[in-house]
Amino acid sequence: MISFSEVSKRYPNGFEALRNVSFTVETGEMALINGHSGAGKTTLLRLIAAIERSTTGSVIVNGQDVGRLNDAAVPFLRRNFGLVFQDQKLLFDRSVFENVLLPLQISGFESKAAVRRVRAALDKVGLLNKEKARPITLSGGEQQRLCIARAIVSRPSILIADEPTSNLDMEYAKDIMAIFKSFHQVGVTVLISTHDVELLGGTPQRILTLSHGELTG
Amino acid sequence: MNIWLSYHWHALALAFKRLALIPFSTLLTLGVIGIAFSLPAGIYVFLENVEALSGHFSSGPQLSLFLKLNATESDVGKIESFLKENPHVASFKFIPKASALKQFKESPGLAGVMDGLEGNPLPDAFVITAKDVSTETLETLSRALSELRQVEHVQLDSAWTQRLDALLKLGRLAAWMLSVLLSLLVIAVVFNTIRLQILTMRDEIEVAKLIGATNGFICRPFLYFGTIQGLVGGIVAWLIISLGIHLTDEPVKHLMQLYETDFRLYHLSMGDSLIMFLFSAGLGWLGAWLSVVSHLLKIEPQ
Repeated sequence: MISFSEVSKRYPNGFEALRNVSFTVETGEMALINGHSGAGKTTLLRLIAAIERSTTGSVIVNGQDVGRLNDAAVPFLRRNFGLVFQDQKLLFDRSVFENVLLPLQISGFESKAAVRRVRAALDKVGLLNKEKARPITLSGGEQQRLCIARAIVSRPSILIADEPTSNLDMEYAKDIMAIFKSFHQVGVTVLISTHDVELLGGTPQRILTLSHGELTG
Repeated sequence: MNIWLSYHWHALALAFKRLALIPFSTLLTLGVIGIAFSLPAGIYVFLENVEALSGHFSSGPQLSLFLKLNATESDVGKIESFLKENPHVASFKFIPKASALKQFKESPGLAGVMDGLEGNPLPDAFVITAKDVSTETLETLSRALSELRQVEHVQLDSAWTQRLDALLKLGRLAAWMLSVLLSLLVIAVVFNTIRLQILTMRDEIEVAKLIGATNGFICRPFLYFGTIQGLVGGIVAWLIISLGIHLTDEPVKHLMQLYETDFRLYHLSMGDSLIMFLFSAGLGWLGAWLSVVSHLLKIEPQ
């Protein structure tokens, strides 16, 4: 469960990225965060993962107040999430396989089981035949799918994706959205920011709309 | 326990991988650390050898006591009993004037000198070995002896060894100061290599933090990296010293044969070598730790 209550985020330069935002996403729910560029979508997601802290208000994830976590607890909070970044943040000096393996190494996964999990995650996003390739040789859509494989490999309870389809053409983007939906169907909480609601293809879905830092719908 | 081991195994493997990725700079760093260690350790080995060598030549903590020419047998007896009771005396040997003269006459070249003399100009003498070599003991003993009746002169045979000892002490002090300075150098070298590593791996560190890596997880490979550099640097130093000994062993042996002494150069003992390896590994770790604390922990995902 993710819950915002009266959250504001003001940057040192005076820019107010979020203003008085309150909402709750229940466990197992899928929600889209929609809004124009600069509306505060990315900031909102960053507050959940404790990449930034709110100026006022509280962000509660699985019963923990993210704003009050001490630095040592932050890594363990982040292990609840599968994060898909707008700029992907892949490691280009490692193979596809090693990129996906990283979260499991971090959480101290036993290596044989880890290999199976990496293959399962790559299979899920359709990259199993490219496990030895370098990320740089992949197409944009494939890189995005690799990022998703890395996000899901440790089977997180919450999947957070920041503009996962922004640089992709329609075909690829629909693929990616379908992958997210399939995770939602198996009980994962999914939170996606996007400026393009059309991608959902008519499925009724909860949509949180941000405008200039305020929740408008 | 298993998780703990696998974390460390992973970090160690990663450290080796990173070292292997930059072979040239790794070799240079190891060379610098090795040379830095080989200087003080080499001086130490040199001093140990000089000390061992001085042991070959010196007669130990010996004193010669010469009696007055008119000393009687009862004076000799009194001195003998004094020496027996003195706790600082390990052993002594009495050389009566007659046997001293005989010895003198037997030595080639000096025989003729004595022939022209009437009577025996040589005094009775004692050669005394003290229990320990400390300057204090020897001085006390020699003062006590010279105050005895009918004693003409007390001579410390080992005065020159003491001077050598003082010199060696000074040398050791210099070696220590050099070790401290070069240890700082080693720390600085490791600190800097790790700093460069961290800078080139900024992306990786950020990503790892984003997907839940603890600081420990991120630091560990760097700490291993520094420790390995320190340890291998220590081994390089050991090899440099070995090479030095190997090259000088023959000439030294030849020189010693000219002095009719059988002397072989010492290497660092097993214990000393182990201490050096541990110390160099420890310094590597320390340099890495300082670097990690001052650079790596500051990197936060943007």
